[in-house]
Amino acid sequence: MTATITTGPGNNNGNGNNNGTNATPARGDAVPRYTGKRSPLAQRFRRGIVTPGGAVFVLLALLLAALFALNPQLAGEGQFTRFIGRTAPIAIVALGQYFVILSGELDLSMGAVISAQVVLAGNLIGQDAGMILPVLALMILVALVVGLVNGLIVTFLRVPSFIATLGTALVISGLTFYSTGGAPSGNPTDAFRAIGRSGIDDIPVLGFLPFSVIVLAVLIVLAVLLVRSPFGRMLAAAGDNSRATALTGASVAFLRIRAFAISAIASTVAAVLLIGYAGVSPVVGQGYEFTAITAVVLGGVALSGGRGWVLSAVAGAFVLEVLFSLLDFAGVASTWRPAVQGAIILVALGVPLIRWARLRTIVPRRAPQGGAAHHTETGSVAGRRKG
Amino acid sequence: MTVQKRILTRTVVLATGAALAVSLAGCAPGGNTGAAGGAGAGAGDSSSTAAAANPWFDQAQFDTEDTQRTASFEGDPSQPYLQYLKGDMVDASAYTLDRAGKVCFSNAALSNTWRQTGWITMNQQLQVLKDQGVISQLETRNAQDSDDTQVADIDYFISEGDCDGYIIAPNSPQATASAVQRACDTGKPVVIFDRGAGTDCETSFVHSVGGMAWGMDSAGFIAGKVGDGAHVVALRTAPGVDVFEQRWAAAQHVFDDAGIQVTDYITGADPSKIKSTITDEISKGKVDAVWVDLGDQAVPAIEAFEDAGVDIPIVTGEDNLAYLRAWKDTGIDGFASVYSAYQWRTALIAMGDLFQGTDIPKDWVLPQIPVTGDELDEVLKTNDGMPDGQYASFGGEDLPGFPQVWQDRVMP
Repeated sequence: MTATITTGPGNNNGNGNNNGTNATPARGDAVPRYTGKRSPLAQRFRRGIVTPGGAVFVLLALLLAALFALNPQLAGEGQFTRFIGRTAPIAIVALGQYFVILSGELDLSMGAVISAQVVLAGNLIGQDAGMILPVLALMILVALVVGLVNGLIVTFLRVPSFIATLGTALVISGLTFYSTGGAPSGNPTDAFRAIGRSGIDDIPVLGFLPFSVIVLAVLIVLAVLLVRSPFGRMLAAAGDNSRATALTGASVAFLRIRAFAISAIASTVAAVLLIGYAGVSPVVGQGYEFTAITAVVLGGVALSGGRGWVLSAVAGAFVLEVLFSLLDFAGVASTWRPAVQGAIILVALGVPLIRWARLRTIVPRRAPQGGAAHHTETGSVAGRRKG
Repeated sequence: MTVQKRILTRTVVLATGAALAVSLAGCAPGGNTGAAGGAGAGAGDSSSTAAAANPWFDQAQFDTEDTQRTASFEGDPSQPYLQYLKGDMVDASAYTLDRAGKVCFSNAALSNTWRQTGWITMNQQLQVLKDQGVISQLETRNAQDSDDTQVADIDYFISEGDCDGYIIAPNSPQATASAVQRACDTGKPVVIFDRGAGTDCETSFVHSVGGMAWGMDSAGFIAGKVGDGAHVVALRTAPGVDVFEQRWAAAQHVFDDAGIQVTDYITGADPSKIKSTITDEISKGKVDAVWVDLGDQAVPAIEAFEDAGVDIPIVTGEDNLAYLRAWKDTGIDGFASVYSAYQWRTALIAMGDLFQGTDIPKDWVLPQIPVTGDELDEVLKTNDGMPDGQYASFGGEDLPGFPQVWQDRVMP
C-alpha cells in the first residue's frame, strides 16, 4: 500500500508535485528523467525507504518489535487493535496537521480546538442521547468557523500562521474557560462516549475492533484520496512555491483556508474519540498540536511545506505512541521520562534529516550543468519573475 | 545506491540506538522498577532510599500532620468548619469594629473544581455575615494562578486604603510573602488560608491539616489492605508543585515503610495519558492498587481497568463527586482523601469573629476527615443532584441556598 503513493518522497528530485508538468529534462545520472512511467515497485520501495518519510516505517517496525518483546501480551486477542485505537486520536490530529504543513503553514490551535470541543460536548450533550446529533452538527460548524478564521487571518491579513493560530488558540481557550469557569460539568452520556470507548466484539482474528480504529482507517483512506486529488496536488504546490502556484491561476488563499478547515475538522473528530476514550476534562487535548507537528516532522514531511507523505505522518504518530508505551514497559523513572522521550525524538528527527539533506546537496554537484537544469518548471518561472 | 544503503544502515543503527537508550534509561539512577525499598531494604525499613531522596519530604512536618489528622478537635463535630485544635489564641480586642467591616480578599485562583466549590460556599457564608451586619462588603481580586498578579492585587488593596481586613489565599508562599508583610504592616487583621504565606505576621492562618496528611490517609488505606511486596501504581499530577509533592512525599514514605513496590507516573492529570499508562501497567503484570494525588485522576484509572476487562483493584481518590460516584457504581474498594473545602468559609468567619471581638485560634487547624466506604452512601445522598465537580467537604449544608446553589454551580 505504501509504495503506491506517487507523491511520496521516492523521487530523488524531491518534488512530489511535478507529476502533471513536464519537468525540464535533467542531464546526469543521479537525477532520474521524468518519463511519466512508474519505476518498478521494488525500486521505488528501495528509494522510498531511505528517505525520512520511508525511514519512519523502519523506525516504527523496530520500535514495535521492541514493544512486542517487552510486552508479549500485546499479541493477545484484541490487544493490538486496542493499541491502534488509543493511538487513533493523535494519528488523526497528525493527519489534519499534515495538510496544513503541506500547504506551508502551521496550525497551533489544534489542542485548543480539541479542549473546546470536548468541553462543548460534555456540557451540551449531558445525559440526553437525543442531543448527540445536533451537538455533533454544532461541533462541525464550530470547526469550520475556526478553520475559516485561521485561514482568513493567515491568507488575507498575512499574519504568519505560527502567531495567528497561537492567537486563535488563546481566544478559543479563553472562551472555553469563560463559558465553563474552567471546569466542565461532567461526562456526557455513555451512548456518545461509546464512539471512542467501545468497539465490535468477536471479530475473527482481531477479536475486538474499536470504533476508533474504523474511524482512523476511513480517515486515512480519505486523506490519501485527498492528497492525490487535484486539491491535494495544488496544496503541495502552494506549500512548495505559493507564488508560482498563484501564477497558474489557483487561489492559494482558498487552498490554505481549506487546509485549516481540514485541520480543525480533524481536531474535532479526535475530540469526539477522546471524550469516549478519556472522558471530559479541560486538560484533554493539551499539547496535541505539538505532538502532531512532531509526528508529521518525524514522518519526514518538510516543515517548510510542499513535500511529504501523508502515511508517514500517520506512522510518525504511531512512533510517538509506541515510544510512550515502550517507556512504560522499560520502567523509565517518571522524572527521567520527558528527557529520555525528547532525546529519542531529537535523535530520530535529526539523523535522517542530516543524511537526507546531504544526499540532496550531493546530487546537483554531480550534474554537469549545475543548478539551473534541475529547476522544476514552476521553480524556474518563479525565478524569472524574481529576476 | 551505496549512499542509500548507508542511510538504511544508519536508520537501523539509529533505531537500535533509540531502543538501547530506552533500556539504558531503565537503569538510570532513580529508575523506579525496583521501587520503594530498593534491592536491599526490607519491609519496615523506614529509611529506605526512595523517600529519603525526595527533597520534598520533611520528617517534622510529616510527624505533625500525622498527629493532627487523628487528633481530637475542639468544638461541635456537626460544624467542622468551626472546629480547631487547642493552641494559641488571637486577642480580638485590637480588631473590634462597631460597624460592619469591609473585607478585601486576594484569591490565588479559581482554576480548579476544589477552589470553585470553596468559593461558592464562601459566598453563601458572606450572605449570612452581611445579614448579621458583621461584614458590609467582600471585595475580591482573582490572581489567576499568577504570583505577580497577586502581589499587585494585595498592593492595590493596601493603596485603596478602605479595607478593614485582608483575607489572602496565597498562590505560592515564598513569592507573596513580602506583599503579605505589607498588608500586615497596615495594622489591619490579615487572615491567610489554604497554602501558607511564607511569613508569620498574619493574624490567623486557616487551613485543614495538610497535604502530607492527605497522602498519608490514602496511602495508609492501601498499605492496610495489600500485603508486603504488593505493587502499587502512583499517578502524580505534576512535579515541583508543592500541593502534589507533599501528598506524594508522604504517600511514598508510607509505602516504603510497608514494603510496597511503587511505580509512579507523572500524568498532568490528562485522562488519555492516565488510561494508556494504566493499560500498559495491566499488561505488565499485577496491579494491587492505584494511588492518585488528585481526585480527577481516579476515574480514568478505574475506566482503564473496566475497558481491559479485568477486576478493578483498589483505586483511591478524593472527595470530588465524579470519583465518589464511580466508586459507588463500580463497587470498588475505594477511599477518598480530603482537603477540606469548607476552609473557604472558615476564613470569612474568622474575619467576622475578629470584627465582633471574638478570639480565634492563631493557627486555625480544621479537621480533615477522609471519606471511607462506611460514609459513602450518606455522602452521596447529601450531594444528590450536585455536578461531578462538587466536593463532599464543601461544608454548606447549613447555609442558605443549599442545595440549589451548589447544584447550579454558577460562579459568583
